Amino acid sequence: MPSALQYAGQFLVYTAIAALIGYFASFPRYEQFPEGQAQIKLSFAHGAARTQKCRRLTSQEIAKLPANERRPNTCERARVDIHVQLIVDDHTILDEKLKPTGLAGDGPARTYRKFIVSPGAHVITARLRDSRDTSGYDYETRREVTLAAGQNLAIDFKADAGDFSFR
Amino acid sequence: MDLIRLPLRFVFDRAERLLALFFPPAWNPLLNLGALGFFFYWVITVSGIYVYIFFDTGVTQAYDSVEYMTYDQWYAAGVMRSLHRYASDGLIVVMLAHIIREFALDRYRGVRWFSWITGVPILVMVYAAGITGYWLVWDSLAQYVAIVTTEWFDRLPIFGEPIARNFLSPDALDSRFFTLMVFIHIAVPLIALILLWVHLQRVSKPRINPPRGLAVGAMLSMLVLSLVYPAISQGPADLAKVPGTLGLDWFYLPLYPLLENWPGPVTWGGGLALLVCFCAVPWLPPMRKRSVAKVDLPNCNGCTRCFNDCPYNAISMRVRSDGLPFEREAVVDPSLCVACGICVGACPTATPFRRASELVAGIDLPDTPVADLREDVMKSCADFAGNNRILVFGCDHGVSVSGLDEKNVRAVPLRCIGQLPPAFIDYVLSKKLADGVVLAGCSDNGCHARFGTRWTDARIARERDPQLRARVPRERLRVLWAGSGGRRRLDQLLKRFGEELAAMPAGGTSIHKAGDRENVREPADA
Repeated sequence: MPSALQYAGQFLVYTAIAALIGYFASFPRYEQFPEGQAQIKLSFAHGAARTQKCRRLTSQEIAKLPANERRPNTCERARVDIHVQLIVDDHTILDEKLKPTGLAGDGPARTYRKFIVSPGAHVITARLRDSRDTSGYDYETRREVTLAAGQNLAIDFKADAGDFSFR
Repeated sequence: MDLIRLPLRFVFDRAERLLALFFPPAWNPLLNLGALGFFFYWVITVSGIYVYIFFDTGVTQAYDSVEYMTYDQWYAAGVMRSLHRYASDGLIVVMLAHIIREFALDRYRGVRWFSWITGVPILVMVYAAGITGYWLVWDSLAQYVAIVTTEWFDRLPIFGEPIARNFLSPDALDSRFFTLMVFIHIAVPLIALILLWVHLQRVSKPRINPPRGLAVGAMLSMLVLSLVYPAISQGPADLAKVPGTLGLDWFYLPLYPLLENWPGPVTWGGGLALLVCFCAVPWLPPMRKRSVAKVDLPNCNGCTRCFNDCPYNAISMRVRSDGLPFEREAVVDPSLCVACGICVGACPTATPFRRASELVAGIDLPDTPVADLREDVMKSCADFAGNNRILVFGCDHGVSVSGLDEKNVRAVPLRCIGQLPPAFIDYVLSKKLADGVVLAGCSDNGCHARFGTRWTDARIARERDPQLRARVPRERLRVLWAGSGGRRRLDQLLKRFGEELAAMPAGGTSIHKAGDRENVREPADA
């Protein structure tokens, strides 16, 4: 049986361990985002146009196909790159070509980017080209937003809606 | 590896001795790390079940339900929440200490690779369970954890759509995600429990429950911490905002700032490389394989003592194969045997008194057979003179017995103190080869081969076969379980014991009596 002195020592050991656990369970504090700044997060996953237009198969081509695989059209699997641009107050903060995913390059191109900006009023322009064109943009959205410190502005793109959304 | 291992061993040895000032050997936290891990696991389970009763998996309800527990029902669910959290942190502390200690004591190589390797997925799963737990609270820390985790996974080019998009904006998230997280948070620890069972498959009689005194102390300390400094949330998650300054749990989330800021190839490549290295540690370098125990059937009567004493389940009892009139025979599995020799110490045929026939034990270590041990004893005591001659049996992992150059002291090294058949003590004293015997081994409850000191204690106390004969004068026997750092204590013991022996009348007078275990043993913190 431990002596009273030993129990006192055990108390100290348990207290030290509990204090260590209690402290490192939430300290020291970690500043993961600079105070007084705001964030713009641009993310989407979108399938661009195919590298070549789909075309109708000729009747001879259809006849060559196995009976269970016959179809009227054929399309190239590969898709073109998506060109995306994000401009904040006339400063281009993103100008990037996004490759399609997938081994055959037939999946949607995707992006997930974060930008730290100062709070306040900003004019934000988001542009995207997903066609085979080599210049210009197929979609463009321009918004005036006022960002508060610590705010997270999410910019998404949905082809169905035909536009960028600012949330 | 020794460059890393030896300083760590020194630190653990010192810490063990420091704790031994306050804790009885059976209660020493450093000698019960695995059992403490199990204990915290059960505390987490019970507190988790209670907390789950009040937890709501809705996007907005999750935070509110946790707040209800923390403030409205602080006396029960709030305490349980805190216990759940702090016991989880405690689990990490004891688990990491357990890993480092096993590494420091070189108890992870050779046949012990199995326990090391099966421990790796358990480590990963405990972290996974803890991280998903933080996620469920859905406060700003949970938001941070969710986003950094999913962003990290998105750096693998395997997802068609970034999974971090689930946390893009407040309207992107739905409650099903929480249901998934709850499932993971419960399923992963259950799988870990199964792996813990596998982890212990190659050790016999594993200690999975801490002694009551230690369990009470650990539980009280967590309970007091929960009451004094209860776990609280860090404000509701809001995906329209970026969490600024956070109180990270540094036990579970120390790598999160790196995952957040370092490139994906570095974190994934580095993480996988680290994991592979961690798995390869038992072979860096591989342990030199010692010749394993070998059964000599003509001398084995299938008594099962070696089978009962083996710390690693390396011995099984099978139906007799040689026609001798015994039911069973011992069979050694070489892939499980660590060659500690505890089975030799348990074998009743390993007695040095045998002179009529060659000394061959029923089970023996081929490269250090018991016949050689008798020879070593005889040689060591050959030129002994005086009335306070001491023969020290030391183990390879306990106090070093090399360089004991006192005139009245001789030493015989063993692989493990449990390798010594008790008959050797009787032999030395009854044949008057020495006036006293000292057994020096690993620290109490911290035997390198798990049961060497424990079985030796029990054999001396005549509680376990083979027992030390009652006629052996216990005042001429001393036991020192001091570990590798106990040389100073051994020197002190030898000096004092030598003086006591010199003052004793010739021959032994006392016989076995109750309390031998305590009478022969040196105090833990002498």
